[in-house]
Amino acid sequence: MQTYTILDKKDTRSGFGAGLTYLGKTNKNVVALCADLTGSLKMDAFAKAHPDRFFQVGIAEANMMGIAAGLTIGGKIPFTGTFANFSTGRVYDQIRQSIAYSGKNVKICASHAGLTLGEDGATHQILEDVGMMRMLPGMVVINPCDYNQTMAATIAIAQHQGPVYLRFGRPVVPNFTSPDQIFEIGKAVTLNTGADVSIFATGHLVWKAIEAGHILAQQGIDAEIINIHTIKPLDVNTVIQSVKKTGCAVTAEEHQLNGGLGDAIAQTLVCNLPRPIEMVGVNDSFGESGKPEELLEKYGLHAQAIVNAALKSIKRKM
Amino acid sequence: METENLKNICTQTRRDIVRMVHGAQSGHPGGSLGCVEFMVALYNQIMYHQPKPFDMNGIGQDLFFLSNGHISPVWYSVLARSGYFDVAELATFRFINTRLQGHPTTHEHLPGVRVASGSLGQGLSVALGAAQSKKLNGDDKLVYVLMGDGELGEGQVWEAAIYAAAKKVDNIIATVDLNGQQIDGATDEVLPLGNIALKFEAFGWQVLTIKNGGDIAEVIQVLEKAKLQCNQGKPIAIMMHTVMGNGVDFMMHSHKWHGIAPNDAQLEQALQQLPETIGDY
Repeated sequence: MQTYTILDKKDTRSGFGAGLTYLGKTNKNVVALCADLTGSLKMDAFAKAHPDRFFQVGIAEANMMGIAAGLTIGGKIPFTGTFANFSTGRVYDQIRQSIAYSGKNVKICASHAGLTLGEDGATHQILEDVGMMRMLPGMVVINPCDYNQTMAATIAIAQHQGPVYLRFGRPVVPNFTSPDQIFEIGKAVTLNTGADVSIFATGHLVWKAIEAGHILAQQGIDAEIINIHTIKPLDVNTVIQSVKKTGCAVTAEEHQLNGGLGDAIAQTLVCNLPRPIEMVGVNDSFGESGKPEELLEKYGLHAQAIVNAALKSIKRKM
Repeated sequence: METENLKNICTQTRRDIVRMVHGAQSGHPGGSLGCVEFMVALYNQIMYHQPKPFDMNGIGQDLFFLSNGHISPVWYSVLARSGYFDVAELATFRFINTRLQGHPTTHEHLPGVRVASGSLGQGLSVALGAAQSKKLNGDDKLVYVLMGDGELGEGQVWEAAIYAAAKKVDNIIATVDLNGQQIDGATDEVLPLGNIALKFEAFGWQVLTIKNGGDIAEVIQVLEKAKLQCNQGKPIAIMMHTVMGNGVDFMMHSHKWHGIAPNDAQLEQALQQLPETIGDY
């Protein structure tokens, strides 16, 4: 099992902030909009450096999405920032009509996704956002795993022509991917090559999958661990080639089982290579208040849950 | 352009509207007919715009956004007759494989359309973004947007209204089509909107009025006045009083013709009131 060194511990939202700051200096067409959460989204540096290209819209997310769509007319590349809940569910129709259907080059950047938002509770802990965004034709859906990857993804999506949903989070988590990485939209990253089971993870669950890989290795199980940072378009080829080799799959995500990464992988396998698949995610439930790690533990989004799913998936091969 | 020529275009546009909706046996003639003079004035007299080649970014051009997308027939007719696409294409309205979708969209790449609309309340926000994009680009041209009065029930309109004044987006002219009708009946019966002009004023807008949206001379006069009041720190709103179904007697003053098509006899009756002027499509 490949060992990864924790470089430091940082929040992925700060990776977004750093990426946006970089874009501010390097791409004059990049503009940013925020709905009264500039500090939470780590957009302060951009706002301070480029006040003319930063639009504070107040608590009015629907208006923000419309303004972002309009700013593309004239060649701007708008990055909207608010919590994932307010970036998707609250403004689904605005995104659908004014951005996705209209093919607008808007980057919807969503922080505080999932349970790990923590103490604020279920009103803010969206677990359906990936599903909603995946369903929109033409929408790219990205959920990077750590600070460095979120920064790289933020920079990369500015080069992509078309709407993107970039999902990241609040808590401090292990930062282990290379600071020099080139982020390739739609290209899965194999973190460990294995033969017994394919573990596909996204976002905060990628590190949990690495932890699970070490536990499985101690039991003599050789897990292939793949970071699916881009949920749409899915790297179908990598998924199929991996499962062709290992014969079974596990998915892990901080999202509902309905509509998320697990659904995407299952759909791919069922249509191309039917094999056992076990899913780690939230099972048709809302979250609640608590500390991020406590919530991941309570809702079964931890390394041992991935281990258990792997063992079950392997067993189903026989 | 001479007023007489503009009136001829208006009459032809009305013919186009009823023929398109009759041809598709679906669509929205009522609001379309009420906004003919406004749309003809914009595209033939008020805006600086280049139909060909159509440029999505529209830098150096005035831009128009239709927020109440269901009145697509009037817009399509005016776009075609302004040179954005062949008038013959009007015959494809709402048919399979058409670029003239029921509600306007960029998806089929129809020249002249810059954002999809139809789900109401979104156009003002998009127009504000386009207006701010112009400011960033040092582009001194203006952005126009048309909304329906019933549409003002959507909360997003008022989010945008607050924003426009707060951010001093003064290169936008937003017109509200006050025909007093919506699908379920008169706006005063469905959900009374109160004094819309005072609401916009209270939100920090400069408000102008078109007393008779069917009088093209008045429409042009007020739009010209609105242009002169741009770039003075306030967004401009025009309260345009119109008559739903204007120009076809049996369609006038009633919400019933909001979204239904005339039959063959009704089409004949309508066309008798609208003589062909610059040629049918």
